[in-house]
Amino acid sequence: MSPQYDLAIVGGGPAGMAAAVRAAAFGLHTVLFDEQPAPGGQIYRAIEAVAGGRPQDLPILGPEYRRGIALVEAFRKCDATYCPGTSVWQLTRELELGIVDAGGARMVHARHVLLATGALERPVPFPGWTLPGVMTAGAAQGLLKASGMLPDVPVVFYGGGPLLYQFAWQLAQAGVPVAAILDTGRRANYVAAAPYLPAALAAGDYVAKGLRLLNGIRRHRIPIMRGVSDFQALGNDRVREVAYRQGGTTHHMAAGLVLVHAGVVANCQLTQSVPCRHEWYGPQRAWRPVTDPWGNTDLAGIQVAGDCGGIGGADAAVHAGRIAAFEAARRLGRLSGDQRDTLAHPDRLAWRRHLLARPFLDALYPPSPGTLAPDDATLICRCEEVTAGAIRAAVRLGGTGPNQVKSYTRAGMGPCQGRECGLTVTEIIAAERGLAPEAVGTYRIRPPIKPLTVGQMAGLDDATR
Amino acid sequence: MSDADVIIVGGGLHGCSAAYNLASRRVKVLVLEKHVVGRHASSASAGGVRRLGRHPAEIPLAMASIELWHRLNELLGADTEFHASGQVRVAETPDELDACEARVALTRSLGYDHEILIDKGELVRLVPGIAATAQGGIYVREDGHAFPYKTTLAFRNAAERHGAIVREGVAVLAIERATHTWRVLTDRGRFEAPVLVNAAGAWGGEVAAMIGDPVPTSPVALMMMVTARMSRWLGPTVGSMGRKLSFKQSESGTMVIGGGYRGTVHPESELTSLDFAGLRASARTVSELFPHMRHVDIVRCWAGIEGFTPDDIPYIGPSKAAPDAYHSFAFCGHGFQLGPVVGAITAELILNGRSNLPIEAFRIDRFEGTGAAYRGDISR
Amino acid sequence: MFKRRHEPNHALTVYLDGDPITAAAGDMVAAVLLASPDPRCRATPVSGSPRAPYCMMGVCFDCLMEIDGVLNRQACLVPVADGMRIRRQPRPEPMALT
Repeated sequence: MSPQYDLAIVGGGPAGMAAAVRAAAFGLHTVLFDEQPAPGGQIYRAIEAVAGGRPQDLPILGPEYRRGIALVEAFRKCDATYCPGTSVWQLTRELELGIVDAGGARMVHARHVLLATGALERPVPFPGWTLPGVMTAGAAQGLLKASGMLPDVPVVFYGGGPLLYQFAWQLAQAGVPVAAILDTGRRANYVAAAPYLPAALAAGDYVAKGLRLLNGIRRHRIPIMRGVSDFQALGNDRVREVAYRQGGTTHHMAAGLVLVHAGVVANCQLTQSVPCRHEWYGPQRAWRPVTDPWGNTDLAGIQVAGDCGGIGGADAAVHAGRIAAFEAARRLGRLSGDQRDTLAHPDRLAWRRHLLARPFLDALYPPSPGTLAPDDATLICRCEEVTAGAIRAAVRLGGTGPNQVKSYTRAGMGPCQGRECGLTVTEIIAAERGLAPEAVGTYRIRPPIKPLTVGQMAGLDDATR
Repeated sequence: MSDADVIIVGGGLHGCSAAYNLASRRVKVLVLEKHVVGRHASSASAGGVRRLGRHPAEIPLAMASIELWHRLNELLGADTEFHASGQVRVAETPDELDACEARVALTRSLGYDHEILIDKGELVRLVPGIAATAQGGIYVREDGHAFPYKTTLAFRNAAERHGAIVREGVAVLAIERATHTWRVLTDRGRFEAPVLVNAAGAWGGEVAAMIGDPVPTSPVALMMMVTARMSRWLGPTVGSMGRKLSFKQSESGTMVIGGGYRGTVHPESELTSLDFAGLRASARTVSELFPHMRHVDIVRCWAGIEGFTPDDIPYIGPSKAAPDAYHSFAFCGHGFQLGPVVGAITAELILNGRSNLPIEAFRIDRFEGTGAAYRGDISR
Repeated sequence: MFKRRHEPNHALTVYLDGDPITAAAGDMVAAVLLASPDPRCRATPVSGSPRAPYCMMGVCFDCLMEIDGVLNRQACLVPVADGMRIRRQPRPEPMALT
């Protein structure tokens, strides 16, 4: 059967929306599958609901969030078919997508596929990270965006990175007391980042924004501890306090909610399941798909745009989405190479300019040593409750790679399919065996990458055959 | 200068079992594995330890192997997660019930009494939650299932404790016979030993050809699904007389669904892709036989590469073409249960020149002159 | 652990372990849970330890709950509906195999 769509886009964040708008304008029969109930992705989550129904929350969320309004408006007006509440559980080399929504599971076929699945917050294993009351900072920020909810217990932030400081500032603006920010960043990071500062200054307002945030946090007198290590969340059935080391001593602090953040990494689950070729990005110690400057992966017809191709941030993602759409239009015969180059030129310039900020941010916020090498008692796989010690023991028994460790310990076999443990398992094996992470590799990701019930599989509507 | 007494090509279950059985008898063993131990069928297997429904030629081996399974943890000093929770084969129609009776009569006529007929009441007692359409079936009490990768590693580790050397990441490129010795040329140099064992699984046909025993084999990707963990509700492993099904609850509580639906093998990358029509059929079988499974999540689907032969039984025994070479490969998707005994048979053949178990049916040259196609060249 | 800044524009009722609680149209099930007095969503299969929603974006699969009779739904991805029945998931019974 012939493909139902010219272009299938996965993900409704800035890259996906921007790509859909451009692609539809070229007359491409475009569909966008979005797991969320409304467009915006995580960064502009629930922006229509906030702008339309809870405008009081807009000042707290700040001017960057507001940028999403125009993006979503343009997307809503375009001719692309929007499928909210739809998960993609499979992508084949033949460009068949397995999707599932409230109506069940089906396979669709597209002539070209653009993945814009964004980022996920870097998993940060520490003792107690599975306790109720420990969440990612992005999770709590998502609650503010989607439901207008704020913490009503003492909040401790742990980790580092722009989103952590942004959300701490947003909480302070909203009148929520923040007990402390426990930052793993060390002085050496500033030294390492300094050479990249001029480029970051040229990239836009990234550095100025950061300084404004820090000043805002100082005005609210939120205590910031730097060089924090050996962090633990303590409590029985939920977090009651935290312990950490700083300046050579161990400190304790009461906490009702611990918000963790240590940057974001590309969400490669779908590209890894195909599998497209990936590379290890050293500065952020994470995988990303190998692409050409147009977002093409090594597999024909599969393209990526935005953070799922390597972290660039929301503003870069908009340009990356448009660039990808021009390339898709060329591949689908709507544009010549010259036309693509001319049309994409302004976006390519803007995209490159935004990316100038990354080396500085990457060097300033590397994952902390404790995150890369947790002690033996720390749980690494949240789903199957496998400790770092069990993973190291499996390596010593002959489980030389992530897939062998997975078979032996069940790490990565649970429902999250290694999203929360994959990077750490690669780091642990690399350290145990004295190898580089890229030599160790990662889990083979198996479909369905989002769960499908037996009944849904039994009723699979396969229109591609 | 020999690198070992015996070189075993292939670090899967069968290679590691042969290595253990030889090393524990003080034979110096070198295992050459082109990827990592247990890379393909030995970790992708669904883990059934089954005598039920075996080809008549395999029954004596399976009977001897189950004895080993029941003391395997002790023998190997490791937990293989073997549970003797039984195997059941379900009949859904009167015709299938008749076929069950005929099957049990056949095994009795061969002198075995492990397979017993069960009626509907007994079936429901053994397999609660089975659909009302089920009529009865065959039951083997002392069968069960185990954890394939842990079993393979247990053999490997036990072999290494007895002095075996296992080299991973060593791909065999060519094999030469010199005077009283085998020269194995690999991408990591040349290795020599007087005796050679081919336990190369789906790639065994290729190794057999290097030895001079070209045989028909083909690589097949057998598909499986595993669900989220459930509360314990199923003891025995369930198969079907009329449908492709292997259904069990693992030690962790997940349901493992197999049965023989095939995906696609990509020989160059040694990867597989799934055929969703097959997975759909498999899910339909499960949801029809076990209606309460409909809302249970499938967490993962995969396919493992296994070697098949034209008559669906493996190659076991000495080379026809050359002295001091032995085969143990292409187990056609049911070699897991046989792992412990076939390693012992290979060791007996090497050390005593003969096996006490009948292996004539598995001889390497049984298709000679039949015109069965040779499809050995699958790894490049 | 969390509270709403404002009264919901469109309130509806869902049942958490049988008890009626107010939710807002547009809330995900996990949000309603986090605004309840007990944020726990389940006990884990391996150790039976309590879990609550962690990532709120469909990645971690920690917020699995029984929703309208179906186990293991990702509560952070399921929008509430009036009358929805939500239950915390107990640990699966790990009874002996043989």
